[in-house]
Amino acid sequence: MAASTSPPADLSAALVLDPVASAEWLVILPVAWCLAIGALLVMLRRKIDWHPYIAVLGLAGLVLIDVFLLRHVLASGPLTMVMGRWLPPFGIAFTVDLSGALFALAASVVALAGGIYSLADINDSGRRYGFYPFLMLLMAGVSGAFLTGDIFNLYVWFEVLLISSFGLIVLGSEREQIDGAVKYGFLNLIATTLFLITTGYLYASFGTLNMADIARKAEGLAGTAPLMTLTALFVLAFGMKAAAFPVNFWLPASYHTPRVVVSALFAGLLTKVGIYALIRVTVMLLPLQREELSFVIALVAALTMLVGAFGALAQSDFRRMLGYLVVAGIGSILAGIAVGGPGGIGGAIFYALHSMLVMTALYFASGIAARLGGSFSLSSLAGLYRRHAGFAALTLMLAFAVSGLPPFSGFWPKVMLVKAALDIGAWWLAGALLLTGFLTTVVTGRFFLLAYWRDAGAGEGATASATISPAALLPLTALTVLALAIGLYPEPLLATIQTAATGLAEPSAYLNSVFPGGAP
Amino acid sequence: MEAWFALLVGIFFTVAVYLLLSKSIIRVLLGVAILGNAVNLLIFTGGRLTRGVPPVIPGHQDTLTGPAANALPQALILTAIVISFSFFAFLLVLAWRAYEELQTDNTDEMRVAEPKDEPAPPLGY
Amino acid sequence: MKSVIFRAVAPFLASLMVLFSIFVLLRGHNEPGGGFIGGLIAVSALAIYGIACGVETVRRAIYFHPMAIAGAGLFASAVAGLISIAARVPFMTGLWIYPSVLGVEIPLSTVMLFDCGVYLVVVGAISSVALSLEERGGE
Repeated sequence: MAASTSPPADLSAALVLDPVASAEWLVILPVAWCLAIGALLVMLRRKIDWHPYIAVLGLAGLVLIDVFLLRHVLASGPLTMVMGRWLPPFGIAFTVDLSGALFALAASVVALAGGIYSLADINDSGRRYGFYPFLMLLMAGVSGAFLTGDIFNLYVWFEVLLISSFGLIVLGSEREQIDGAVKYGFLNLIATTLFLITTGYLYASFGTLNMADIARKAEGLAGTAPLMTLTALFVLAFGMKAAAFPVNFWLPASYHTPRVVVSALFAGLLTKVGIYALIRVTVMLLPLQREELSFVIALVAALTMLVGAFGALAQSDFRRMLGYLVVAGIGSILAGIAVGGPGGIGGAIFYALHSMLVMTALYFASGIAARLGGSFSLSSLAGLYRRHAGFAALTLMLAFAVSGLPPFSGFWPKVMLVKAALDIGAWWLAGALLLTGFLTTVVTGRFFLLAYWRDAGAGEGATASATISPAALLPLTALTVLALAIGLYPEPLLATIQTAATGLAEPSAYLNSVFPGGAP
Repeated sequence: MEAWFALLVGIFFTVAVYLLLSKSIIRVLLGVAILGNAVNLLIFTGGRLTRGVPPVIPGHQDTLTGPAANALPQALILTAIVISFSFFAFLLVLAWRAYEELQTDNTDEMRVAEPKDEPAPPLGY
Repeated sequence: MKSVIFRAVAPFLASLMVLFSIFVLLRGHNEPGGGFIGGLIAVSALAIYGIACGVETVRRAIYFHPMAIAGAGLFASAVAGLISIAARVPFMTGLWIYPSVLGVEIPLSTVMLFDCGVYLVVVGAISSVALSLEERGGE
């Protein structure tokens, strides 16, 4: 300690000794902010009435931080901060590039919408149970996963968001929820364990866990290290988290059981974290192996899309149908990852961002529909258009958006993906994308006909309330307007996403940000 | 030494996968616990084994003097142990609640959320 | 638990264990020990006390709700990382101050604050689980 006998070691080779610019704190702030607010909420057990307001303010703050982060990254490129001054690759680095900042911002917008919707959906007992602390911790995990630059740290954030999602999914403890939570819990734990196995192998072959360091060394190790095994395991692990075809069954089995706002948040955030991790690992860290695996990923993508679309067609429950639509969306994103190139990866990122906003909004719509019509079942839900025409219009817009029809946000990524698939000659993948779009249109048309246009029988649904709480309508409207705005004026977002996709494929700016002076 | 550990990890994984394939939720849970330990051993072996030299710097020095065991896998495992411990606790309670609520520990019979005899979706209106 | 011997000894044993847990916590800076293991020892102390004298007694004795303790720990850890903003060094850098109390120099650091936070998180979270399990078991 203070009185050491040996001469002090030269620390400049191991530590960051320059003072840190305050802008760099933007990398760490989303996580630290969510953790601090979450901890504060846990401490304020006696003041349950304050929880919603503190949480909504906290989430609004998170959106602001993420906006500043995105602006900073747009202006001056990727940003790195290492924990405890230890230089990478020894210290845990938080590095954000354009794609990470985009995902983080979309996630915070979704969370803010969820926070506002929860004012109408989460009652006193849910608050006492700790909905809001769990929500903040979930956001800490999600933000951490988007911003970290270290594979093992990514695993830790996966676990943070997983344990908070466990807390959220059993909120209410009904029989159905317990049933759904068992499947959700076990399969997601196995998926993260698979991720950990892969991390173990990765460390054994690379001797490092820093993403930039791995990206640098991957090409040199291609001859000796089992990189194909690593990539395949990563695809399996993250595919399971994202609900890709052969390992997707936990999602439709569990996403319709919790509270509406919890389903909405899960649909918007959790599978997309898996997708983001998959993009990060396969595109930036192990690009050559992704190309070799691209046929397998394409096959998985096509099957995921079709399973999702046909599954949605066969459902008679609004929320279970939405669960399958989430799966179909994941398939489209995977198609982009399989195709690769700026068009494919850009399309995948765009589709993921669109899906985050629109799927969350659709779950909100299902919650409002159930409140108005008294049920989630499409056999008894009816006459919603009569009851609230404005809400029906919003839902119709979201239905168009999720089917990929213009002028909504789903259209452009679909165009990009189909074009990218045709460009490399994968006509069958393009065909699967278009078929899924068509089937999704049928699915959404079907639920709209049944639940909204069908006349309610006399006296049916008379007990259900006829007004929508503004706290539920506001986030739905905001997300729909956002989807419409992206659809009508996609140019700035499109340009940003193209830059992000290029930054992933050519990570020299990312590497420079982690290792400013070149190789140590 | 590493070869023996690799074999041991293989045995752990075999046992874990066998248990995970079972229908009884308690066996699946035991499988998850063993899987967690298998992964920990895997990381430990992946960091290469060095016996008898803990990476502890003596009180009167600032740096390590000789070769020492790799400390990073130990830190990773510590993290993973804590996490898998808490997950095991959570899933144990969840399995118990599921048994209480659903009156079964057979995963085939857990169909409350997805009932078997669901009516077909309406075909017209 | 009905055993008279156990009930007579448990309070002393528990207080000794809590004391030991704090020793382990503080020792952890440079030697084996630390917040996590110290927290576990403290939880076992609370659990023993709970088995002997009832969960209600323990809840009264720790005054705060266990989850509130865990929240305070998490908050302390987050704050320990954020203090480095003021010193213009990266997140979670260890910062030291050496105030002297009654002529004795006492080194204090953000690292210690972080470890105390971990201690509180472990004590809070695990004792919350343990106490609620003990309550169920007593039915």
